[in-house]
Amino acid sequence: MDFTVSVLLGTFLLSIAALFVFIWSLSNGLFGDGTAAATEIFAPNELGRVEDPAATAAQQGGLQQAMAPGDEAGHRMAAADAEARSRADQSTSLVVGVTLTLAVVWLVLASLAGLISSIKLHAPDWWVHYEWLTFGRIRPIHLNMVAYGWCSLAGIGVAIWLIPRLLKTELVGAKYALVGGALWSIGVFAGTVAIAMGYSDGLEWLEYPWQIDILLVVGGAMVGVPLWLTLLQRKVKHLYVSVWYIGAGLLWFPIMFLIANWPGLHFGVQQATMNWWFGHNVLGLWFTPLGLAAAYYFIPKVLGKPIHSYNLSLLGFWGLAFFYSQVGGHHLIGGPVPSWLITISIVQSMMMVIPVFAVAVNQHMTVLGNFRALIYSPTLRFIVLGAMMYTAASVQGSLEALRAVNTVTHFTHYTVAHAHLGLYGFFSMVMFGSIYFIMPRVMNWEWPYPRLISLHFWLVLIGFGIYFIWLSIGGWLQGLAMLDEKTPFMQSVALTLPYLQARSIGGGLMTLGHLVFAAHFFAMGWKFGPSRLGAALLGTSLFSRISGKQVAA
Amino acid sequence: MSTGKSFWEMDELRIVTGAMVILSGATALLVVMPYMLLKKVPPPAALKPYNNDQLVGRQSYIANGCVYCHSQQPRDIKQAPDATRGWGRASVAGDYAYDTPHLLGTMRTGPDLLNIGARQPSKDWHLGHLYQPRAYTPGSIMPPYPYLFEVRQGAAQTGETVVNLPPSFAKPGEVVIAKPEALALVAYLLSLDRTYPALAPLPAPATGASAAGKEKP
Repeated sequence: MDFTVSVLLGTFLLSIAALFVFIWSLSNGLFGDGTAAATEIFAPNELGRVEDPAATAAQQGGLQQAMAPGDEAGHRMAAADAEARSRADQSTSLVVGVTLTLAVVWLVLASLAGLISSIKLHAPDWWVHYEWLTFGRIRPIHLNMVAYGWCSLAGIGVAIWLIPRLLKTELVGAKYALVGGALWSIGVFAGTVAIAMGYSDGLEWLEYPWQIDILLVVGGAMVGVPLWLTLLQRKVKHLYVSVWYIGAGLLWFPIMFLIANWPGLHFGVQQATMNWWFGHNVLGLWFTPLGLAAAYYFIPKVLGKPIHSYNLSLLGFWGLAFFYSQVGGHHLIGGPVPSWLITISIVQSMMMVIPVFAVAVNQHMTVLGNFRALIYSPTLRFIVLGAMMYTAASVQGSLEALRAVNTVTHFTHYTVAHAHLGLYGFFSMVMFGSIYFIMPRVMNWEWPYPRLISLHFWLVLIGFGIYFIWLSIGGWLQGLAMLDEKTPFMQSVALTLPYLQARSIGGGLMTLGHLVFAAHFFAMGWKFGPSRLGAALLGTSLFSRISGKQVAA
Repeated sequence: MSTGKSFWEMDELRIVTGAMVILSGATALLVVMPYMLLKKVPPPAALKPYNNDQLVGRQSYIANGCVYCHSQQPRDIKQAPDATRGWGRASVAGDYAYDTPHLLGTMRTGPDLLNIGARQPSKDWHLGHLYQPRAYTPGSIMPPYPYLFEVRQGAAQTGETVVNLPPSFAKPGEVVIAKPEALALVAYLLSLDRTYPALAPLPAPATGASAAGKEKP
């Protein structure tokens, strides 16, 4: 039988079989009792109690009023449970504090590199005398600092912080994560220097030389160790959704990164298929799981109500793993690669609609009817926005994989805008929200200037809005111009200029937002600011507040 | 708990096994199968391996990130007018037999370069264009690469390559000398020429997306 036919037939039969298994499982109680597992992140009697350490006392009160008015007494957490949670939080404070601090530093540097790259595209004669500042170096420096510096370290920090909360015990083996995070950071630093000096591997997302990649593989594997150790000590009956995502993500990344960077293994066009197998999986099987794990925890936790449907999350998880892992080929549509590979990737890109809607329905149904909570909860504001952008980015990505759309958008700035919708609109927003929630617990200190949180939010939201909308329009027009054989190529360059300038403005606002965020972060680190409630909100006094003795009005 | 464990209950074993099986499947599909198929594709007879100079230039192409704005994969005329723009026929896997790391690219902020050596065979043009793209292509947003050149007052010494800039960009009394890295980069660019016919015999049938015109033997 023809090879292509057999591959396509095999895939088809596998999908049909999977569909039947799914239908069978539906009729066998897939929608059975998921309540216990969905409420596993709450302490007994905690449902209905809001939690957002980033909120001021007034906001806390408003949040509680919005969610469960006048019912505080009914949601008292037992002192023992509160104490156990406090110990769980404390067990991660050092490693999470360090990891998130590094992440924030990378965020600022990455933003500056991105802004420089953006300006250089419409001011090509600006800052050209330094090799390391040339567009072809500062752009991959930006990408790698964002991906492996900011996003990965923030994701790792949030994941480690979540582990004891999800397993209701203290973190075991924090030192592995600390060493792993350090190796990882050294890797990012060395990789940045390598790219700046021209020692790049030449593959997008895989620029770091393989010697440096070892640090990320070992470091990435080590940050996963506490998860597995803590799992053995867990005090929960059910593993909550976030655990699946974190566990799978922490396994997937080191393996993928190892295969992708193995020296001397890949060649020519095969390397291109590998490149995009990795390039898309690093989003789908590394950042997305970490981002979704955080969203799945913080949305219900802040609101004090369980996730809409536990079983949908099951579908979402396995669907994401299966379909997302095969979509990479859509980056090579029209390229010199086997056509069955492209076709499979396009099909699976469309199939991604299933897990995306499972997650979307699940998360948005949880928030639905509680939008007033967004006014009061800084954490939720970022995370719900991020979750919405996840849906948007995913649907956009599926459509972009279609040949007709891809023919226009491929090779244009449209793709760049899309990439930012995913990694910034979704992932970074979720990380911002998570960090606002986590850091008060880590530092035992409130965010000193709550207004800066709002300032950060609006700067990055407006900045990103400008960035995304204008670059998407510019990219689309660029694609149309390139497809029209009567339009000279230079016309496709010239028409993008105003859009590229708009992107710099948007990117500038985003960078400004990050500077505000970082300044606030470090102000908290040094315990600046008025001690309004001080440790009253946190630390040992946590219990009296949680047990409802002095509810903020 | 009175109820037994649900069939769908997730535990460590399921997460690990499921995650690994799924990743293996995707890797088999997108990495291993292309590996096995493409390993057998022979280099076209008309395609020469890069010489040392060109390889040094290719390294410079990588170091300076040309790939972030230039693709090296003309698409089929049925999909896009790449050939009409003079970028060449749709490329096939064999065209990249000597290309490791691959430089297919994902952006066309600038034009496709797979056949730039055939399209623009002038060494002078390339050197001057690298020194100041806007001297040759008005409206270009390509960065200049002054660090690949040495600007000197007075005359060049023997053995040095002087860049011949257009009169309006040349400054009197000043010479621009190409450093070895610039010469190597241009040697690589000039070697980019896949204008030979694509219809080399392939051992495995129907493996090329763009081998649309391929005849059955």
